[in-house]
Amino acid sequence: MINTVTEHAGGAASSAGNLPGVATEPNFAITPKISGDGSREGELLEISMGPHHPSTHGVFRMDVVLEGERIVKLKPVFGYLHRNHEKIAEGISYLGSMPYTDRLDYFCSLTNNWAYALSVEKLAGLQPPERAEYLRVITAELTRLINHTCLIGFLVQDMGALGTPLMYAFREREKILDLFEALTGARMMCNYMRFGGCRVDLPPGWLEQARRVVDNYPRFLDEYESLLTENEILVARTQGVGVLPARLAINAGVTGPMLRASGVDYDIRKVDRYGIYDRFDFRVPLGAHGDVYDRYMVRVLEMRESVKILQQAIRGLPDGPIMDAKAKLRNFRPKAGEAYGRIECPKGELGFYLISDGSPNPYRYRVRPPSFINLTILEDMCLGQKVADVVIILGSVDIVLGEVDR
Amino acid sequence: MLGEGIIKGMVVTATNFFGSYVSAERLVTVQYPEERLPPQENARNFPFLVYDGDDPDRGLRCVACKICEKECPPQCIYIVLERDEKGKPQKRPRIFDLDISVCMSCQICVEVCPFDAVKMDTEYELSDFDRFKSLLLNKQRLAKSNTYYRKIHPAEAEEVDARLADQVAKAEAKRKATAMAAATAVKPAPAAQPALSQ
Repeated sequence: MINTVTEHAGGAASSAGNLPGVATEPNFAITPKISGDGSREGELLEISMGPHHPSTHGVFRMDVVLEGERIVKLKPVFGYLHRNHEKIAEGISYLGSMPYTDRLDYFCSLTNNWAYALSVEKLAGLQPPERAEYLRVITAELTRLINHTCLIGFLVQDMGALGTPLMYAFREREKILDLFEALTGARMMCNYMRFGGCRVDLPPGWLEQARRVVDNYPRFLDEYESLLTENEILVARTQGVGVLPARLAINAGVTGPMLRASGVDYDIRKVDRYGIYDRFDFRVPLGAHGDVYDRYMVRVLEMRESVKILQQAIRGLPDGPIMDAKAKLRNFRPKAGEAYGRIECPKGELGFYLISDGSPNPYRYRVRPPSFINLTILEDMCLGQKVADVVIILGSVDIVLGEVDR
Repeated sequence: MLGEGIIKGMVVTATNFFGSYVSAERLVTVQYPEERLPPQENARNFPFLVYDGDDPDRGLRCVACKICEKECPPQCIYIVLERDEKGKPQKRPRIFDLDISVCMSCQICVEVCPFDAVKMDTEYELSDFDRFKSLLLNKQRLAKSNTYYRKIHPAEAEEVDARLADQVAKAEAKRKATAMAAATAVKPAPAAQPALSQ
């Protein structure tokens, strides 16, 4: 049905050939839908949402075909923020790519660092010491808290709650960013991890401050939840909206909280047990319906599990070195070979695939970004929904355009 | 009851609103130009060059080895080695330019510098209308004294100073030892000459 509509839309545009700019791509053209016997059934409206729209979380465009308020067709258009990340990385040293990975998903720079460090460590055969592994877990789980808290804020803002929940989220995020600044020197572009360990050790007093933030977090989550979870407007807007069946999610390669909200038990922290995740006691929350509400709820529950991991990690942090003695900063040339390292970053599976030919820079450098792959399923979730729901569904996918476009 | 969730949410917003008058936990805003957050020891912004003593030109630690220029990911450093009239390298930079409109504050230049010459500044009020006049920093504007470095990163500077003092002491001891060896070795027969030249 969709195909005939587009064909007809094209035909209508070419018959109205004197309209400027519609001859090749019929954007913004109102096209009548005509059934087989030649009678009009209604009108389709093709609109372009974005690229500069507050709900699109960056420069991202959706070409949406509407029948009244319902979505008939949706095409995500990305690439506006493409900045050649992979090709740049092939031209500079392994170390030089580390600060660029911060800019992939600029909300979670520390998990990006970890994924890249992990794959280079696989390539070069380095093993970070115990303390560095703990520091990585602590910083990664703090990043998860930041990401999920703010995502919920953005999601609710997309629904029309202008600011309040987002401001509460940012207030809490600020406390964690202060921790990051004290540890790494930067609030967002941390550039903290190195191949075979971490760059600097904890400053004095950091751990106490971190413990205070982590111990207070469940209280904030309770408050946040009493603001949102049972709110009738949120429930009405999200339940049964943007349903993603488990089968489709698996086939599309969706990962992270989106996949788990569809009821698939797949968490790389449990599956791969990279780093030292096998030592921590935590559970993987799963959704039952795969709608936007489940995605919201899975993230809230995941934050509570993250708090558990953090408390265990802060308690068990050992003393010792933070860098592998074999690791070196300059003249780093891993032997020829290939490696794929992946971690469960807050948005899903973030992987780096590297091929080395023995030279100081990678021969091939490939990022497997979670939000890009999660975004490809957008049309299937949106078909048949109202146009206002598209904004919420997009918000629940949790994208950062720095990572989608790279 | 319908609307119960909304009322509960409103209680939360009210708690936060009235709480912000009494609790520092709930009011975290800083009125920026008048109030400032205390500086963090580890904070970093843009690189600068450290010099010892009083003369920024003589005391510059940089020897123009160009390692930072090579390692800098966005390639924002430009160095030209100083040479005397005969073309002999002078172990200091004639030009050291750093474009902070390109710099991404990654600190890799600091990490790779073997002479502790490049360090990160914490100054952040750098906005200006003219990119090339104010954001393309030359050697004169980059050079800042070790005293300043000690002020902004006290713990780190102490470590660096101790390490440098140690290096100087070791070099001094080595120089004395070789001088002594030379003094004793030159006196005897010319047979000792080839061994010395090695």
